[in-house]
Amino acid sequence: MKESIFSQNLLKEAVRESFFKLNPRLLAKNPVMFITFVGASLTTMTLIFAKFDGFNLQITLWLWFTVLFANFSEALAEGRGKAQAASLRNTKVSTKARLLKGNEEALVPADQLRKDDLVVCEANDVIPNDGEIVEGIATVDESAITGESAPVVRESGGDRSAVTGGTRVISDRIVIRITAEPGHSFIDRMIHLVEGAKRQKTPNEIALSIVLSGLSLIFVLAVGTLKFFADYSQTSSGQDLSHLVTVPVLVALLVCLIPTTIGGLLSAIGISGMDRLIRKNVIATSGRAVEAAGDIDVLLLDKTGTITLGNRMAHQFLPAVGINERDLAEKAQLASLCDETPEGRSIVVLAKEKFSLRAKEYSPEHLHFVPFTAQTRFSGVDISQGNNVISIRKGAVDAIEKLIHSKNGSFPSDLKEKAEMVARNGGTPLVVSENNKVLGVIHLKDVVKGGIRERFSELRKMGIRTIMITGDNPLTAAAIAAEAGVDDFMAEATPEDKLKRIREEQAGGHLVAMTGDGTNDAPALAQSDVGVAMNTGTQAAREAGNMVDLDSNPTKLIEIVETGKQLLMTRGALTTFSIANDVAKYFAILPALFATLYTVSQGGEGPLAKFNIMGLHSPQSAILSAVVFNALVIVALVPLALRGVTYRPVGAIQLLRRNLLIYGLGGLIAPFIGIKIIDLVLVFGGLV
Amino acid sequence: MNVFDVIQIAISLLVLLLIGPYLGSFIYKIFEDEHLLPRFLRKIENGFYRTCSIDSKIQMNWKTYTVAMLVFNAVGFAIVFLLQMFQAYLPLNPQNLPIVSWHSAFNTAVSFMTNTNWQGYSGESTMSYLTQMLGLTVQNFVSAATGIAVAVALCRGLTRPQGKKIGNFWTDLYRGTIYLLLPLSILLALVLSFEGVVQSFAPYLKITGLDGIEQIIPQGPAASQVAIKQLGTNGGGFFGVNSAHPLENPTPFSNWLQLISILLIPVSLVFTFGEYAKSKRQAWAIFSAMAVLLVVGLGVSLYAEYSGNPLLGGIVSMEGKETRFGIANSILWSVFTTSASNGSVNAMHSSLSPLSGAIAMFNIMLGEIIFGGAGAGLYGMILFVLMTVFLSGLMVGRTPEYLGKKIESREIQMVILGLLLPSACILLGAGLSSVFPVALSSLANQGPHGLSEILYAFSSAAGNNGSAFAGLNANTVYYNLALGIAMLVGRFGVIIPILCIAGSMAEKRQAAAGSGTFPTDSALFVLLLIGVILIVGGLTFLPTLALGPVIEHLLMVQGVTF
Repeated sequence: MKESIFSQNLLKEAVRESFFKLNPRLLAKNPVMFITFVGASLTTMTLIFAKFDGFNLQITLWLWFTVLFANFSEALAEGRGKAQAASLRNTKVSTKARLLKGNEEALVPADQLRKDDLVVCEANDVIPNDGEIVEGIATVDESAITGESAPVVRESGGDRSAVTGGTRVISDRIVIRITAEPGHSFIDRMIHLVEGAKRQKTPNEIALSIVLSGLSLIFVLAVGTLKFFADYSQTSSGQDLSHLVTVPVLVALLVCLIPTTIGGLLSAIGISGMDRLIRKNVIATSGRAVEAAGDIDVLLLDKTGTITLGNRMAHQFLPAVGINERDLAEKAQLASLCDETPEGRSIVVLAKEKFSLRAKEYSPEHLHFVPFTAQTRFSGVDISQGNNVISIRKGAVDAIEKLIHSKNGSFPSDLKEKAEMVARNGGTPLVVSENNKVLGVIHLKDVVKGGIRERFSELRKMGIRTIMITGDNPLTAAAIAAEAGVDDFMAEATPEDKLKRIREEQAGGHLVAMTGDGTNDAPALAQSDVGVAMNTGTQAAREAGNMVDLDSNPTKLIEIVETGKQLLMTRGALTTFSIANDVAKYFAILPALFATLYTVSQGGEGPLAKFNIMGLHSPQSAILSAVVFNALVIVALVPLALRGVTYRPVGAIQLLRRNLLIYGLGGLIAPFIGIKIIDLVLVFGGLV
Repeated sequence: MNVFDVIQIAISLLVLLLIGPYLGSFIYKIFEDEHLLPRFLRKIENGFYRTCSIDSKIQMNWKTYTVAMLVFNAVGFAIVFLLQMFQAYLPLNPQNLPIVSWHSAFNTAVSFMTNTNWQGYSGESTMSYLTQMLGLTVQNFVSAATGIAVAVALCRGLTRPQGKKIGNFWTDLYRGTIYLLLPLSILLALVLSFEGVVQSFAPYLKITGLDGIEQIIPQGPAASQVAIKQLGTNGGGFFGVNSAHPLENPTPFSNWLQLISILLIPVSLVFTFGEYAKSKRQAWAIFSAMAVLLVVGLGVSLYAEYSGNPLLGGIVSMEGKETRFGIANSILWSVFTTSASNGSVNAMHSSLSPLSGAIAMFNIMLGEIIFGGAGAGLYGMILFVLMTVFLSGLMVGRTPEYLGKKIESREIQMVILGLLLPSACILLGAGLSSVFPVALSSLANQGPHGLSEILYAFSSAAGNNGSAFAGLNANTVYYNLALGIAMLVGRFGVIIPILCIAGSMAEKRQAAAGSGTFPTDSALFVLLLIGVILIVGGLTFLPTLALGPVIEHLLMVQGVTF
C-alpha cells in the first residue's frame, strides 16, 4: 500500500495509459484539454496539408505533449488506486458459503447469497459477505481491509457485531446474517472507489470546471478575433504578417492562455485526494464527502477513546480522618485484586507503585471475592481470619453510604466533601470501606490523551469548534473539557441529545462532523455532514456514515478535515498559478507576433517590440518557448497535484496570503524565468 | 495641472464619499422601510398599484421577477420605437422633424431601454420634443430604475435568510423612480436651469452672431432630461455634442454638478448593499476596490494627457476639448463617465491622448463595475466579487461562501455567463467589424486609431455605456443593428444571470462565519478583487488593446500618426 508516487511500474503503466486516453470521447469530459486536443489536431492538419517545416512540427509535437502530459497525470493518479484495487480483488476469491436453512447447512457460492441469508463460519472460513453476527463470538483477521494483522474480536449483540466479507475467521464459530446484496459489499464499494470507476465529479469540481471552461471560451474569442485585428492592422500598415499569424501560432497562443495547468491536473487532484484518504485507512463513500470534510466547522467528539484514554485510572488515595494512607491503599488493593476492569487493575498498580504493596500475605483460600453487580453497585472481598470476616468494599459514594448505614456505621462528612472535590475536578470518587467503617476515597481520574490539547488548539486555528460528548455528569464533564481544551461539551448525553445538537448546529449554519460506532449513533451519523463510522462498529453505523475509518481511531477526523481542505486548496492554488502564468505568455507571444507592425524604418523594430522584455531571441523561439513551458509545467506540477498543497492549521487570511504569495506571485514570475531559459536552450540547441 | 485642479478633483471625490453612505442608507429605506415616508405618499403609491391592478404584497421568485422586468422593458422599447416612427404626425414637433429611419429607431429604442443611451443620431436634428420627453426622458428614468431594482433584488437574494423570494419588481420600479430618481432630478434640473441649461418648448432660434453669420440656436426641454441623464447614468445628450454643448452644460458649476451626479447613485448603492448585508465593512470593501480602480485610472489618464503630444511639440492638446472646462475637467469627466456606465461626454474621447482613450475604453471593458451604472455597477461588481470569493475560498480550503451563503456550480455558471457575454460581444463585434468592408467604410481614421474607434463603439454598446469615441459614423444599418444587439446582450445577458443568482442564493441557508471562513471585508480581499478584475479584463482585452490604443501611443511617442 505504501508505494512511492513514482514507482517504476506505475510510471510505465501511466505512460501507456496516457496514449489510450487520447480518445476524444474521454477528452470531451475536460473542456480545457479538449480544446488543446482540437488545437493539436488542427496544427497537425496544417502540418500535413499546408506547410511542413521544423517550426510547425515542433509546435505540433509540443501541443500533443501537452495533452499527453495531462493524460499522464490522470493515469498516474488512477494507477495508484488501481494497484490497491487489485490487492483488494485478491481477497474476493470465490468462496463457498455455508448457507443455513433451518438446521440444514448447504454449500453455495458466495455470490449467490442474498440479504438476510444466514451463514455459518468457523475457524479458517472466509466470511462470504458483509453481515452481522447473530450468534456466537469469534476472532477475525481483518488485515485484508485494514492492513492490521492483529485479529479482532467480533460477537453477537452490541457494537461489535459487524463483519466484513473477505475477512477470515480465526477461531470459534459464528452465525452471520448477510446484510449486503451481491456486488454491493464493503469490499466491492472500496474497489469501485479506489479504482475511480464510479468517480463522479464533485460539486466543487463541477463549479471549477465551469470557471475553467468560461475562461477557455474567453480566450478562444480573444485569440480568434485577434486574427481579425491582425488582418486589419496588416492592411492598415501595408505590412504582411501572414508568415507569423498562422493557424499553428494562433493555436499555440490559445493553448498557452487557456488554463491547461489546472485543466490537465484537475482530475488527478481529485483522484489523489481520495487516494490520500485511503492511505490514511479511511474509506469515503463519495468525493463529495471528502470536500464537505474541508468545510466542517463543528466537530462532535466522544470523550471516551478520543479525548481520554478510555479508562479511568486510580490517581490518588484520600484517607478518612484517622486512617493511614498506606492502610487505605492496602485495603483498596485487596478489594481490587480480582477486579479485572481497567479501573481495578489501576488501583492495584497505584498501590504497588506508591507503597510497594504486593498483597501476598493472604492465601487465596482466605479470600472470598464479591463481584460488582448492578444492584449493589459495589465490589470487594471478604477475608476470613479465623472466625472473623473482614469485608472490604469499594463502590460509588451513595452505594457505600447505603451499605454503611445498613451496618449501623456512619459516613464521615469530611470524606463526603473529599469525594465531591474529586468529582468537581473531573475525577470519579470510589469509596473504600471495611465492615462498617469508611476508610477513604480513591480518586479515579480520566486520563486525557497526550497532545490532544495541542490538536484542539490547531483545530481552533482552522476555525473548527470541538464539542465533547460524554455520559458523565456535568461537573466531571466540565473538568475534563477544561483539561482537554475543547470549546464546548455535552454532559449526560443520550443519542437523542446528540442528534438534536447536530440539528441545532446545522440550523445555525454550521457543518458538523462526528464519529460513532454504535447502532444508536446511526441517526446522528446520518444527520451529520460528515459522519465517520468506526470499522469496529455495527453495520448500521457503517451504513449511516459517509466514511469508514478502518483503524477505528476517532482522532482520525482531524486528518480527514485536513485532507478535504488540502483538496480544495490544491485546486485553488493551481488555478491561480495557471491564470497568473498567462501574463508572461502574453509578454512572450504578443511582441513576437507584432514586433514588426508599423515599423517606422524598413526592417527595423516596431513599437510593440518594446514589450519583448524577456529579450527572447526571435518570434519563433518566443512562441515555441511559451508552448514548451506550458507543457512542461504540467509535468512539473504532477507531484504537487498528487501530494496536495501543504496545509497548515492557521487562519484563513494567513493561509490565503501564503498561497497567494507562492502560487499567485510565483505563478506571475516563474514563467518569465522559465520561458527565458527554454528560449536560451532552444537557441543553443539550434532548434529555432 | 495646477493646484486648483487637484483641489477640485479631491473635493469631487470627497463629496461623493461623504454623501454616498447617507444616500445609500436612504435608498435602503426606500425599498425596505414601510414607515420612512409620509402616509399620503404611500396612499398615492397604493392607489397607483390598485389602478394598475398590481398586488404589491406579492413577493416574486426570480423567474417571475425576470419576466416582469422583461415585459416592462419590451413595452418601453415599443413605445420609444413607435414614437420615433410616428413623430412627424404627433404634436410638440415645432421643427417638423421627419420620422426616424427604422434602424436608427431600433438602435435608439434599444439604447434607451438598456440604459446605454448610445446615440447614433444627433438629438437636435432628429428627435421631436415629444419623442425626447415622452420617449427618451421616460426611459432615462425607468431604465435606471430597472437597474436599481435588479441590484436591490440581488442584495435581497444574497442577504435574506433561506427563502425563495427576491422582492416585487413593480414596487421596486415604482419606489426607485418616484422616491429616488424623481426628487433628485427635479432638484438638479432646477439648479441646472438656474445655471443656464435651456428648458423650453420654443422653436429653434435664428440669431445673427457677432461675426455677422446667422446661426440656428436649438432649444428644447433640456434641463429636465439632462438631470436624469446624469443621475440615472444614462448619458444620452439632449443635443448631439452632449455636455460639451453650452446650452446643456453652460458653466463650471453646472459641469461640476453634473460630474457629481454621474457617480452619485452608483456610489450610494454600494452602501445600500452594506445596509442589506448588515455590514458596513462589506460595503466599504467593495467601495475601496472601485475607488482604487477609479483613482488609478484617473491618475494614468491625467498623466497621459498632461504628458503632451510630441507631434505637437510636446504641448497638451486642446483639440476636441472645451476651453471652458480645460484638461483636468475633461479627463475627470471622461474617467467618471466611463467608470459609471454613463456615457455623457464634455470632451470628444477620440481626441484624448491614446492612453487616456485606452483608460476610458478599459473602464468600459471591465464591465462597467467601477461604480458603474445605476444598479448595474453594483450587480456587475458582485459578479467579480463572487468570482474572487470562489478562487480565494478554494485557496483556503473551504467551499467558497459569500455573506454566509455557499457559492456552488449554479452561481458560478451564471457568474461566468454574466462576465462572458458582454466580453464576447465586444470581441466578436469589433473583430468582425475590423474586416467587414461595410463596417470599415464608417471609419474616419485609419491605422490603430481606426481600430480604437470600432473597439470603443462595441465596448460602449456592450458595456451599456453609450459614450462614443467620435469619428465613427455609426448611423448606418450595419452599426445600428450590430450595436443594438450588443446593447441587448450587454444588458440582459448580465441581468438575467444576476437575477438567477439572486434566486438561487436566496434559497441557501446562511452559514455562520468562523475563523476558517475567509473574510470578504479585509484589505487582502480588496486587493485580490482588484487583481481578479484586472487580470480577467486584462487577459481578455490585452491583445486587442495592444493593436489599438497601445500601439498608437507608442507610435505617437515615436512621432508617427495616421
